[in-house]
Amino acid sequence: MQEYLKMEREQAWRIELRNQIKNKERTALPRVKMPEMDPQERICYQDREVNLGLDVENARREASRCMDCVNPTCIEGCPVSINIPKFVKNIERGEFLEAAKTLKETSALPAVCGRVCPQEKQCEASCFYTLKLKKDPVAIGYLERFAADYERESGQISVPEVAPKNGMKVAAIGSGPASLAFAGDMIKLGYEVTVFEALHEIGGVLKYGIPEFRLPNHIVDVELDNLKKMGVRFERNFIVGRTATFEDLKEEGYCAFFVASGAGLPRFMNIPGENYNGILSSNEYLTRVNLMNAANDEFDTPVLKGKNVAVVGGGNTAMDSVRTAKRLGAARAMIIYRRSREEMPARVEEVHHAEEEGIEFINLANPVEYFADEKGRVNRMRIQRMELGEPDASGRRRPVVVEGSETDIDVDVVVVAIGVSPNPLIPSALPELKVSRWGTIEVDPESMQSSIPELFAGGDIVRGGATVILAMGDGRRAAAGMHRYLTESK
Amino acid sequence: MNQIIKTEQFSENVVKLVVHAPRIARARKPGHFIILRIDEKGERIPLTIAGADEKAGTITLVAQKVGVSSQRLCELQPGDEILDMVGPLGRATEIHNVGTVLACGGGVGVAPLLPIVEGFKKAGNRVISILAARSKDLIILEDEIRKWSDEVIIMTDDGSYGRKGLVTAGAEEVILREKVDECVAIGPAVMMKFTALLTKKYDIPTQASLNAIMVDGTGMCGACRVTVGGETKFTCVDGPEFDAHQIDFDELLLRLGGYKQDEVDAFERYLSTQK
Ligand SMILES: Cc1cc2nc3c(=O)[nH]c(=O)nc-3n(C[C@H](O)[C@H](O)[C@H](O)COP(=O)(O)OP(=O)(O)OC[C@H]3O[C@@H](n4cnc5c(N)ncnc54)[C@H](O)[C@@H]3O)c2cc1C
Ligand SMILES: Cc1cc2nc3c(=O)[nH]c(=O)nc-3n(C[C@H](O)[C@H](O)[C@H](O)COP(=O)(O)OP(=O)(O)OC[C@H]3O[C@@H](n4cnc5c(N)ncnc54)[C@H](O)[C@@H]3O)c2cc1C
Ligand code: SF4
Ligand code: SF4
Ligand code: FES
Repeated sequence: MQEYLKMEREQAWRIELRNQIKNKERTALPRVKMPEMDPQERICYQDREVNLGLDVENARREASRCMDCVNPTCIEGCPVSINIPKFVKNIERGEFLEAAKTLKETSALPAVCGRVCPQEKQCEASCFYTLKLKKDPVAIGYLERFAADYERESGQISVPEVAPKNGMKVAAIGSGPASLAFAGDMIKLGYEVTVFEALHEIGGVLKYGIPEFRLPNHIVDVELDNLKKMGVRFERNFIVGRTATFEDLKEEGYCAFFVASGAGLPRFMNIPGENYNGILSSNEYLTRVNLMNAANDEFDTPVLKGKNVAVVGGGNTAMDSVRTAKRLGAARAMIIYRRSREEMPARVEEVHHAEEEGIEFINLANPVEYFADEKGRVNRMRIQRMELGEPDASGRRRPVVVEGSETDIDVDVVVVAIGVSPNPLIPSALPELKVSRWGTIEVDPESMQSSIPELFAGGDIVRGGATVILAMGDGRRAAAGMHRYLTESK
Repeated sequence: MNQIIKTEQFSENVVKLVVHAPRIARARKPGHFIILRIDEKGERIPLTIAGADEKAGTITLVAQKVGVSSQRLCELQPGDEILDMVGPLGRATEIHNVGTVLACGGGVGVAPLLPIVEGFKKAGNRVISILAARSKDLIILEDEIRKWSDEVIIMTDDGSYGRKGLVTAGAEEVILREKVDECVAIGPAVMMKFTALLTKKYDIPTQASLNAIMVDGTGMCGACRVTVGGETKFTCVDGPEFDAHQIDFDELLLRLGGYKQDEVDAFERYLSTQK
């Protein structure tokens, strides 16, 4: 790995590029600003992307800030170790398709990750600028998005070469990022790959969860088309364990399985009044809008449009829900979060965008009870104030109740976005499968193999709620692990 | 995919559909349901699998028009295709030999009751079925139910067929007459609520199959949550059948009305486009 990075760095064009501009000049440049749609305008559309993307000039300029470090610490911050300086320097010299190719050496979905990775905690947190210069990091995420978008829009997406068929059939269960990455790698190795998805759309959370104002569907669709062109088969409306059992699939010739069924089970707080109408999980809320197109009158599925919408939680799911509520016309769209802004697990950029859109943040507060009108529709919630105490196991300061601090807020829709648990469908269909206390599937961290040898797993069903890039990394590792297992056991 | 093989009009608002779905036909058990989406614009609607023919690879659905999506479903003809259909979903009914089973079906609830009645009969029970509806033309599947029942009692609200009265009147009569070991109730939530109150009085274990509002049907959204024995359960994965004496029916009734105004609006929009 180190050797490969060094070799790449010593290529003539990289040396030349480094010598063109002095590091002092590079570090003097300010970080590029992402052009955005105006907040007042964008809240009128559910499906218009907020970030508009960098143009060629700005992308090259931002790329020139990167110093092509001898020791590129940024790579250590990326969960799949993308060769960051190599792709960034390709942008600097104007070889955008090369940059996209570099990304694809490691990442199956760069256009997605460039948009949704929490860069400020990953690659950009480990950039030399952040670590040593205390300056704004190179905008690695924006550049990643730029290169991937450039390739897509150029119409010159390269469909990777596929090895001759080896006659073995494998199945991926779920169609989120983990499975897509897995399928891409396995089809290249010559396997016959089928992806089974319970819902009527392919893409997992990328489709039913993350809204289009952050990740437009057509971007995911291009990646799906690519996989189809390579020969991956997709079976929608198919629940493995119900529509067919693992035994059935084995009889049909599948010799190994990759389970990436996600963390789909919504959590509730179990407080009085939580089952009143108008109180729903973020999964329900986002699914109605993103998967069922409920905001559009031409579609049959309804969604509750509230005047005063409260969203409980501080993660990406909470931000997506509250901004969706704003777009559906809420006069007051509020975040109720039990810790402070600093502890919010959501991407920093999303919190910032939410603020611009007029979202109210009621931090250090937690709901304790709901009240409803005579028809059972929620009309009021009681919250309790919190203060921060000692740090807990996760290193975040634990919220403690302030006694006697209850206040009431008028609400007509409440979205509960306090997290999800692993989807129990697969574990319950396989009693002999080893799962943890939390219901996640236990795997070997290198090969992603579970306690059932022909069954591998990755993504949220193993991690219990993580990120797109981690899920993708798991998919790739599982592909390698499964390939090794199938070759050795032959 | 999911081609409609046959349709039959049971009453003005109730249609039987036989649909080609070989995988589901093979995997389903009594109590299971499917979720379908007619086309791009359709809602995902849950329907019980009323029967299946494994050889022909078909399943039978019985659908009642209540809103836009179910109305459009009832208008489909043989040869038409349903865009999406997933299943079998839910937990299968626990069918065992207990002795005498009282099966109560209200309205279109008779459709999901049918495979359960069949199952209990095949397991060696004495099965007494009560079919209830507002009036004669709303009584469905009578012959099919008769085939698997030792006795069938028909109740109509207006007395136009069978006996006049509610399902509970018929049920109480049977309970007073002979020993009933278990009861199953499927129908409108109000009907199940009062059946449950009755059997509770006589201490008869009772299962009710709930028709909560659903979206995905896989445990992902929580739209279908109900309170059973003081705990929140998801109808699609923990049910749809629960111990009727533990169900909070009043909450269920409120929740079923949750999207009422939106649905009514949508229905009116739909009807206005049909003229
Ligand atoms: C609203 C929201 C916003 C998010 N925002 C971000 C973000 O900005 N950045 C980020 O990095 N991460 C984000 N995440 C997290 C990220 O999306 C997940 O970590 C990631 O999608 C997990 O991928 P996965 O492949 O494990 O499964 P998922 O994407 O969860 O997909 C699992 C799929 O499996 C299907 N399935 C389940 N059981 C079966 C079965 N038995 N048979 C067939 N199919 C089955 C499900 O229907 C589902 O489609 C967000 C999540 C949510 C919900
Ligand atoms: C497990 C299960 C099995 C079912 N089996 C059958 C069946 O075999 N045959 C059948 O005809 N129906 C069955 N139902 C009910 C059926 O799913 C609904 O009637 C259907 O979803 C309504 O869709 P719609 O879009 O036409 O009506 P909508 O426009 O959604 O609703 C119209 C009206 O019906 C109410 N409503 C909405 N959903 C439901 C619901 N799930 N139950 C009761 N009222 C509702 C609304 O509040 C509104 O007033 C079942 C439901 C469940 C959960
Ligand atoms: S994949 Fe994510 S963490 Fe890795 S370089 Fe790209 S944006 Fe950064
Ligand atoms: S650490 Fe920052 S400056 Fe150095 S190579 Fe990585 S992105 Fe460029
Ligand atoms: S229908 Fe979504 S959880 Fe049951």
